[in-house]
Amino acid sequence: MQKNIMIVGVGGQGTLLASRILGNLLTSRGYDVKVSEVHGMSQRGGSVVTYVKYGDKIYSPIIDKGEADIILAFERLEALRALPYLKKGGTLIVNDRATLPMPVITGAATYPEGIIDELAKHADLRALDALAIAEEVGNAKAVNVVLIGVLAASTDIPKEEWVETIRATVPPKFLAINLAAFERGYTL
Amino acid sequence: MKKLLLGNAAVARGAYEAGVGVVSSYPGTPSTEITEEMAKYEGMHVEWAPNEKVAAEVAIGASIRGARAMSCMKHVGLNVMADPIFTVSYIGATGGLVFCVADDPGMHSSQNEQDSRHYAKAAKIPMLEPSDSAECKEFTKAAFRLSEEYDTPVFIRLSTRVSHSQSLVELADPEEVTLKPYEKNIPKHVMMPAMAKGRHVVVEARTEKLRALAETDAFNKVENNGSRVGVITSGVAYQYAKEALGDTVNYLKLGMVYPLPEKLILDFAKDLDTLWCIEELDPIFEEHIRALGVTVKGKEHFTLLGEYSQNMIREVVAGEKTPFVTSEKELPGRPPVMCAGCPHRGTFYVLKKLGVTVSGDIGCYTLGAVAPLGAVDTTICMGASVSAAHGMSRAGGEETNRKLVSVIGDSTFIHSGITGLIDIVYNKGNNTVIILDNSITGMTGHQDNPTTGKTIRGEATKQVNLVDLCHAVGVDRVRVEDPFDLKGFEKAVKEELAADEPSVIIAQRPCALLKTVKYSGHCVVDADACRGCKMCMKLGCPAIMFRDGKAVIDHTQCNGCGLCTSVCAFGAIRKEEK
Repeated sequence: MQKNIMIVGVGGQGTLLASRILGNLLTSRGYDVKVSEVHGMSQRGGSVVTYVKYGDKIYSPIIDKGEADIILAFERLEALRALPYLKKGGTLIVNDRATLPMPVITGAATYPEGIIDELAKHADLRALDALAIAEEVGNAKAVNVVLIGVLAASTDIPKEEWVETIRATVPPKFLAINLAAFERGYTL
Repeated sequence: MKKLLLGNAAVARGAYEAGVGVVSSYPGTPSTEITEEMAKYEGMHVEWAPNEKVAAEVAIGASIRGARAMSCMKHVGLNVMADPIFTVSYIGATGGLVFCVADDPGMHSSQNEQDSRHYAKAAKIPMLEPSDSAECKEFTKAAFRLSEEYDTPVFIRLSTRVSHSQSLVELADPEEVTLKPYEKNIPKHVMMPAMAKGRHVVVEARTEKLRALAETDAFNKVENNGSRVGVITSGVAYQYAKEALGDTVNYLKLGMVYPLPEKLILDFAKDLDTLWCIEELDPIFEEHIRALGVTVKGKEHFTLLGEYSQNMIREVVAGEKTPFVTSEKELPGRPPVMCAGCPHRGTFYVLKKLGVTVSGDIGCYTLGAVAPLGAVDTTICMGASVSAAHGMSRAGGEETNRKLVSVIGDSTFIHSGITGLIDIVYNKGNNTVIILDNSITGMTGHQDNPTTGKTIRGEATKQVNLVDLCHAVGVDRVRVEDPFDLKGFEKAVKEELAADEPSVIIAQRPCALLKTVKYSGHCVVDADACRGCKMCMKLGCPAIMFRDGKAVIDHTQCNGCGLCTSVCAFGAIRKEEK
């Protein structure tokens, strides 16, 4: 057995917390786990990609095109950029929000229209406005845990284990907001 | 207990378990976290050195004095430390001496894609290459033992995917290691020609002993799956190959990548119909294998460029393509940008406006080359902004010099910019150098350095005073300016460019991501007052967008630094407190 989860977004969106929660949870379940991240220059507002792989035995730390069972996208355009990595019939969870890249801001390129429709053609799609939910819960930064909630609901891992891992992973100061954000995502 | 650890954290764990006594490094992606993680352990000296050469020499000194010692760097950092490395190969190691170098195939965060394995051969230093976090820990421990047993420094070679992927590691208790007694040994420790000649003989004999070790299964493993196809590989490429080809081929996984085990390679190859060499970057194994008279398939089917992957190997070796969907939509790229609130934005806005040539350097501020700022003209290596500008001025004369500045970060200036400045003063240049002092080493993720007043463990220490330092090397015109005071900063640059002597402007404002920096609220555009002139767009701030002929500020990205309020001629941008 092997499952591949890809987390994509824009540098600074909190994708690393999402991969840490996943890594901790899957390790505690006794799987072989590999989590691969990008550090350094691309973190500065560029596209960021994290790979989380688990199963009986994992070799490569990266996910290649056509290999992701689930893609968790923190931004619409990044979801579309990651689409080739999705396995046929794979699940794509997308925060239906646009963060404009610099070439679009400067007018050198245009932000594509109709991304959600395009994604729906190829994926088992769950699109939501995670930022609106996070802001309702009380902190825009909780977008990552809202999305983790949606992801959790699409797996067969018991909810209590997710909650337990979030408790063990996030700082106590932000725990209440993160648990509320998870709950909203999970029950969406 | 098994723990999910980053490859870099596993190297640190290995050094801790091996009882390392001294660790000295300079930060550099993808190696930085090794030394950061090291500083989380007690009981050894850990430090950020001003540059990699100093770091290596600190480790060498510690080894000579009998402690286990380590220095960690990125591939280009190895160039900086190359001088002591080639000679310590002759000196050998009293306490175990390990140099851990992280390559960056694919250049996720680097200025070139060099393959550090060349250094192992050139400096005649054995090199181990782990392929996951568990091996990172085990190979690091083994490297210290090997170093002492064979009286040699040892390289550990990592790559971005090994350094920055987490996998499971079994933790153990640290070994009891005692400091070895100091022995004065002039023939071994004083590398002047007469002694070095003797030591070179020792080095060559040592390499043959290490090659004999490589022939055993200590680091190099054969997996015989009864196939007529074999793969010789190492590091993360082994993991890609295993994922792509599973047990359908035989493997020779090289854990020691220098010196190479020639008998083992010949033995592995002899019953095969096809032998593949799967290695990222340069064909180092491949050329060696070919020199042994063995037919091998490699780079002509793969590539010298960038990273490998399981799909690439599956397609090349097994002829199987993995299907995937593509979208026909054209996707705009998303290059990295300077963060909202970045202090460098003010500097580059002014330099772009003045139309000066900017001799650039290595750090977040290299992003000053990206549109719309596009202010940086050159980036070569750490410290080159200062010395290369002197060269430009000497070549182009006064006309060039009056429209040329160097920009260099505080940490990079200490690393190797100061020597360039001394060159300018000594050789009667009159360049203008702008030190971008953001109070931290930024790009690698906030490391302290000699200008921040704190050690790697967060303890207070003496702080290099950049103004005094520049004065001391003979620069009389040194001024401190705030790059967010655009008018004042522009005036300063103009005045210093006009001066007939060398000058330094210290552009002082802390990194916006530092916890101590508290901007508040965010900026908003008054749509009625906005004339759509796009002046604010020239800042290249990721929070400012243009929609329906007006500027709009994304409040989730804006941190309220307020720089944009000072470029709007119509007063259309104002700051709103929360």
